[in-house]
Amino acid sequence: MTVTPLGIPRRLLEFTIDGEQARVPEGSTILDACRAAGKDIPTLCEGDTLRPKNACRVCVVEVEGSRTLVPACSRKAEPGMEVRTDTERARHSRKIVLELLASSVDLSTTPRVAEWLKEYEAKPDRFGPDAGRLNEEPRVDNDLYVRDYDKCILCYKCVDACGDQWQNTFAISVAGRGFDARIAVEHDAPLTDSACVYCGNCIEVCPTGALSFKSEFDMRAAGTWDESRQTETTTVCAYCGVGCNLTLHVQDNEIVKVTSPHDNPVTHGNLCIKGRFGYQHVQNRG
Amino acid sequence: MDLHFGDSKPTDEERAAVDALLGPPESSWEGAARDEMRAADLRWARGGRAARDRRDLLLPGLHAINDRVGWISDGALDYLCRRLTVPPAEAYGVATFYALFSVRPRPATVLHVCTDLACAAAGAPELCAGIEERLGPGSGVSVQRGPCLGLCERAPAALAIRAGDPVRTAVSAPATVAEAVLAASAPDSAPEEPPAALAVPQAGQDGLMLLHRVGVVDPASLDDYRAHGGYTALRRAFALGPAGVIREVTDSGLVGRGGAAFPTGRKWQATASQPDHPHYLVCNADESEPGTFKDRVLMEGDPYALVEAMTIAGYATGAHQGYLYLRGEYPRALHRLEHAIGQARARGLLGDDILGQGYAFDMEIRRGAGAYICGEETALFNSIEGYRGEPRSKPPFPVEKGLFGKPTVENNVETLVNVLPILTMGAPAYAAIGTGRSTGPKLYCVSGTVERPGVYELPFGATLGELLALAGVRDGLRAVLLGGAAGGFVRADELDIPLTFEGTREAGTTLGSGVVMAFDDTVPLPRLLLRIAEFFRDESCGQCVPCRVGTVRQEEALHRIAERTGAAAAGDIALLREVGRAMRDASICGLGQTAWNAVESAIDRLGAYE
Amino acid sequence: MRKREPKTYTRLTHPLVRDSRDEPFRRATWEEALDRAARGLERNRGAFGMFSCARATNEMNYVAQKFARVVMGTNNVDSCNRTCHAPSVAGLSAAFGSGGGTSSYEEIEHTDVIVMWGSNARFAHPIFFQHVLKGIRNGARMYAVDPRRTSTAEWAESWLGLNVGTDIPMAHAIGREIIHAGLANEAFIERATTGFEEYRALVEPWTLSLAEKVTGVPAAAIRELAHAYARAERAQLCWTLGITEHHNGTDNVRALINLSLLTGHVGRYGSGLQPLRGQNNVQGGGDMGAIPNRLPGFQDILDPDTRLKFESAWDTVIQPHYGLNLTEMFEAMEDGSLKAVYCIGENPAQSEADSEQAVRRLKALDFLVVQDIFLTKTAELADVVLPATAGWAETEGTTTNSERRVQRVRRAVTPPGEAREDIDIICDLAARLGHDWKYADAETVWNELRSVSPDHFGMTYERLEEHQGIQWPCPSTERLEPTFLHGRLWDPVPARRGRLAPFGIVQHDPPVDLTDERYPIRLTTGRRLDSYNTGVQSGGYASPLRRGEYVELSPEDAERYGVVVGEEVQVTSRRGSVTAPVWVDPALRPGLAFMTMHFPDEVDTNQLTIEANCPIAGTAEFKASAIRIEKLPIATIVG
Repeated sequence: MTVTPLGIPRRLLEFTIDGEQARVPEGSTILDACRAAGKDIPTLCEGDTLRPKNACRVCVVEVEGSRTLVPACSRKAEPGMEVRTDTERARHSRKIVLELLASSVDLSTTPRVAEWLKEYEAKPDRFGPDAGRLNEEPRVDNDLYVRDYDKCILCYKCVDACGDQWQNTFAISVAGRGFDARIAVEHDAPLTDSACVYCGNCIEVCPTGALSFKSEFDMRAAGTWDESRQTETTTVCAYCGVGCNLTLHVQDNEIVKVTSPHDNPVTHGNLCIKGRFGYQHVQNRG
Repeated sequence: MDLHFGDSKPTDEERAAVDALLGPPESSWEGAARDEMRAADLRWARGGRAARDRRDLLLPGLHAINDRVGWISDGALDYLCRRLTVPPAEAYGVATFYALFSVRPRPATVLHVCTDLACAAAGAPELCAGIEERLGPGSGVSVQRGPCLGLCERAPAALAIRAGDPVRTAVSAPATVAEAVLAASAPDSAPEEPPAALAVPQAGQDGLMLLHRVGVVDPASLDDYRAHGGYTALRRAFALGPAGVIREVTDSGLVGRGGAAFPTGRKWQATASQPDHPHYLVCNADESEPGTFKDRVLMEGDPYALVEAMTIAGYATGAHQGYLYLRGEYPRALHRLEHAIGQARARGLLGDDILGQGYAFDMEIRRGAGAYICGEETALFNSIEGYRGEPRSKPPFPVEKGLFGKPTVENNVETLVNVLPILTMGAPAYAAIGTGRSTGPKLYCVSGTVERPGVYELPFGATLGELLALAGVRDGLRAVLLGGAAGGFVRADELDIPLTFEGTREAGTTLGSGVVMAFDDTVPLPRLLLRIAEFFRDESCGQCVPCRVGTVRQEEALHRIAERTGAAAAGDIALLREVGRAMRDASICGLGQTAWNAVESAIDRLGAYE
Repeated sequence: MRKREPKTYTRLTHPLVRDSRDEPFRRATWEEALDRAARGLERNRGAFGMFSCARATNEMNYVAQKFARVVMGTNNVDSCNRTCHAPSVAGLSAAFGSGGGTSSYEEIEHTDVIVMWGSNARFAHPIFFQHVLKGIRNGARMYAVDPRRTSTAEWAESWLGLNVGTDIPMAHAIGREIIHAGLANEAFIERATTGFEEYRALVEPWTLSLAEKVTGVPAAAIRELAHAYARAERAQLCWTLGITEHHNGTDNVRALINLSLLTGHVGRYGSGLQPLRGQNNVQGGGDMGAIPNRLPGFQDILDPDTRLKFESAWDTVIQPHYGLNLTEMFEAMEDGSLKAVYCIGENPAQSEADSEQAVRRLKALDFLVVQDIFLTKTAELADVVLPATAGWAETEGTTTNSERRVQRVRRAVTPPGEAREDIDIICDLAARLGHDWKYADAETVWNELRSVSPDHFGMTYERLEEHQGIQWPCPSTERLEPTFLHGRLWDPVPARRGRLAPFGIVQHDPPVDLTDERYPIRLTTGRRLDSYNTGVQSGGYASPLRRGEYVELSPEDAERYGVVVGEEVQVTSRRGSVTAPVWVDPALRPGLAFMTMHFPDEVDTNQLTIEANCPIAGTAEFKASAIRIEKLPIATIVG
């Protein structure tokens, strides 16, 4: 048997989800408990390496005694809590949130969203042809990655990854307010004039494809991007002695994207510019 | 922190504005000149915790620049960031959050003209057009249409702000084109605002508990305040001890006057008992609900009352530092309170040893900068801390993790001022006022089609009709908006609604923050609703989807049906209901949760679009 | 304006040979190339050296050192760990008997004080620095000791901008202050160390005021750091090449280790010593025995029992003395006693200090075979060039990181052309030289290593996969050991403490290349965020941050020389001269300049550096050269 060091033992607490008993360690969120119970709650802004921001509100559930719905991703489970995940009320809000997003943002590269739109019978078109949209053009201002803010749901994950939760570079923030709020660098400057260090840790957490490798962006534009033909192989970066784990996404023997496992003890999903983008030399094959 | 700065440099003016707030930079790394005097800087530098812990000076710093120059340039922002060790991108996010700031060049003088409910009904659109025509192009004045300025009793209102050293402001209300233009072009020679007491039709009457000093005392004079009963409550508080004060407040039945009606004693007790320290006291004076102006009148007319009440609240809850978060559009309240705090400090009524009781308490004013959302308690914390004024998710609640992550009690101005009579008259006598579940006196901001708009103080339990009669409601009343944009409409035949928390709730409406806005049948209802929808769209912080996009969809639908009724509007009304329900259920904070209330009540109660 | 593009390298796809160094290469079959290589090595038996690769897998390094020891009968095997972290290994093993960092990344998130000494981890080890930042966010106070106010230093509570090469005075003064303030951990000193009295006497002259004079750092700042480190309940001391790339690098390392012995900040969770490795497998290369004094598992060659174990495992005789290290091998080229080199994945023609001398020496070899993925400057000097696979993306195996974590590398892409795996090439050469090794795959090599290295025995490929890497020591397939080393020093039972840790009695010795009127500027070197070593790999991608090589000056010096950003200047040391454009960096003080090694094809910085080597570890003093800056007669601006 392998002995792994355990932290301070956590108490278990009991509550009910959809009438069934759930037992989870103290500090777990409702979403953790739902996932442990095999329930599939849709989420967009939740990230496994980030503190919940609960901005998208697509994961809302009903909690007995609560005036409003609560976000499963951030609300901690409490003893005796009665959670209902699939009530008409919760489903209504999820449907509307999906409709509001789909009617204002390009969700074409957001995984699973098409499935959810169908499941919740969302009809984003019903807001009419004049419904306000973001109407942003992709920003291609460097050779490494592209910011296509027409696909941005403003989940704050990139801001949090760039900021105090991981990278501490603080190159981006949300600027402006309300529907006009956008992710921006200081003074709305191009990325190349900003504090950005091109670690790509924002791409790693982006849930919609608004941030993508230039290689992916170009291949999608050319119609050659095909994830079914890609392999993912995890190896170790060769650029310094820290030992970051890289997952190389390879299509037709070309590295097209690099990620890192989010549960890796060295990286927690983060890389630097060299690890994320410095792979080209192996495929300068002449 | 390894911050990145561009090439933009601050002007001497901008640098001076920041240095006036923060003092001169201590090292060349912070922006001092890199000369021989600073050779030691190249051997030893500090950039750690202390340098990072000054983030809460960001908002005051942005004000300092904006006040001096009128807008915030790249160079000025970078310099402020260097001084405070704040990432420029984050500071940019903060600067662009607030309506009073601009990161684009603009004239030094900005004339804010209110186009909100009361002012719109009082001719604001014509006023704006007239001002723009009179000023003409290149006038050096930027005219901005904006939300409620809290001057509804004198609608229509305009506020001129001229950047400089010092910044000048002038209020014109009720504004005419000529007066507004004068205020903007020569703020120093604009006529002085009428005294606060003019906003209190009851001023000087007997029996007032909250407004009794307004118009009676000199708001600048501490002695006059004390001559009128000032600081007897604090003395009583020291005699009772913190637990005794909390017991009195609990027994008085006082509940929060900001709209949520949470029992104040319970909130204080919950904060006082938190093991984590320090505790903070925050006074929410970010009075931004359209139609509300009672806190302004209190602060302008009786500023020491708030200082004393905050001291008592701090004492009871174990706080030694209080923050007064004041609406950025309230220049006179700012001056009165700055003066009052200075006087109190000079007399030992703030500071290390108040009244010789060994209790230390001091307070700071933080100015808002044009964001309704900052009236939400956790958004207000973020704003003070130097972040975007976005609400936090609850739990954890402020009593546990509030300002700077510490236990914090937050009350609005009216709530705090109620503590004074509670302590001077005793909880039982106070609790005898009003109804069983709504005790004490209540302030109402009456505006719209009434003869005597202003702040009224009545015991809980008076009916809407009694209040409107007092204010001299005009003929042809069509509807009354209770609680402001986040509240709801009632009909002219519902004037017997008792003005209590439980009474309004039973009637299916809300007391909210005490807005009572009367509309006669000359005001087109769809335009009113559209204005409310615009307000929420403008003021949504953008953090959560239901509110950020929902308020836009709501406004779009109301646009579509502005001229429609009946079957032609039915589809969009159904859509509004669906979106409204999701906003109410799934938004993070009260802004989104209430953004559909007024519209819904207009449809259901007033039969709008029928 | 002149635009400069970094040289980009194209992969080698087939073997190259030539009959004489004057000829160009011609394409050859593997058969021919390997035959030629075997012949070249055979005829130089007894005068052979192996340059193994700190970027290749553990398995490759194991086979490479075995090739040197078994096939060629020599311990002359080394790698570029010599140019960077050999002093760390030497210093740590002198103190603790083992050459690895004593802590883990995770521990730095839960410590109280972090000292970053001669390390710009924010640029050179960005993801390690994320763990530091977690620690800072959790409340740790960080102190930075570095001549430049780097990005790392900007995060520090206090940055101490010392003179280049005055680390020992700084460390000794800190030690003295800790002793005089009564903050030494007497219980630990008594229990776990030897030589304290000698150490006390050694540091006694180093008063704060003397240290201020020598290091240039205010006494109050040194005192504050001393107290913060000594009073912390947990503290981590981290260093990088600012400590090791000196002519007395091992002494520098010892001086820092002394501080941990003095305060008991070693051998406990959250307290330890962390040298940050510059290359993905510089730790593993040494662990695998690709160094001249250790057999696989970091076992000492001079120990007869160890030799016996390997001799029976490998059916060979192992030389009972240390081989030559990289530096000594270069010296042996000079005197003709080393005539053939098998260089795998290294680029010493550009990475060695005083590169002109290195190239001359390599040219003097009778036979040079280079195995690489690119035709590097070193490969251009070879007789035979063998195209290999890229270790991290085209082969299976393992590497060992700075926290001693052995992790799997995997083949993700197919290598180009006829490029072959390093191990297969070495085995084919071994076969031609009479040793028929059969390794079915990398795992077979690994299992052979496990059988001879107790520290690695517990790490099966299966377990490495399960745990996302395992830190050594891992003697059992059943258990995992604590994340830190040398807990034994705290054992209440004396017998279980093992060998006590000796204080290092090391003296200050200023940089060899003194500044004077002719060479008034101190040049130091380092890395940038987006580039790596000699730029052969990192030149391949389009970094928006990259601006090529510059000589970075303080604003004051730029003004004094009347030069502006982008203006080309002549940079001259006692060894050579290059032209480079100017960059102005306020992180520098007057008299201090900075360059990197990333663009040797543009600006060969190592023409300026001095080959003054650490006598113990052989690492050169890349961090301290004396230069002068001269304006060119006709100003050229690079943009």
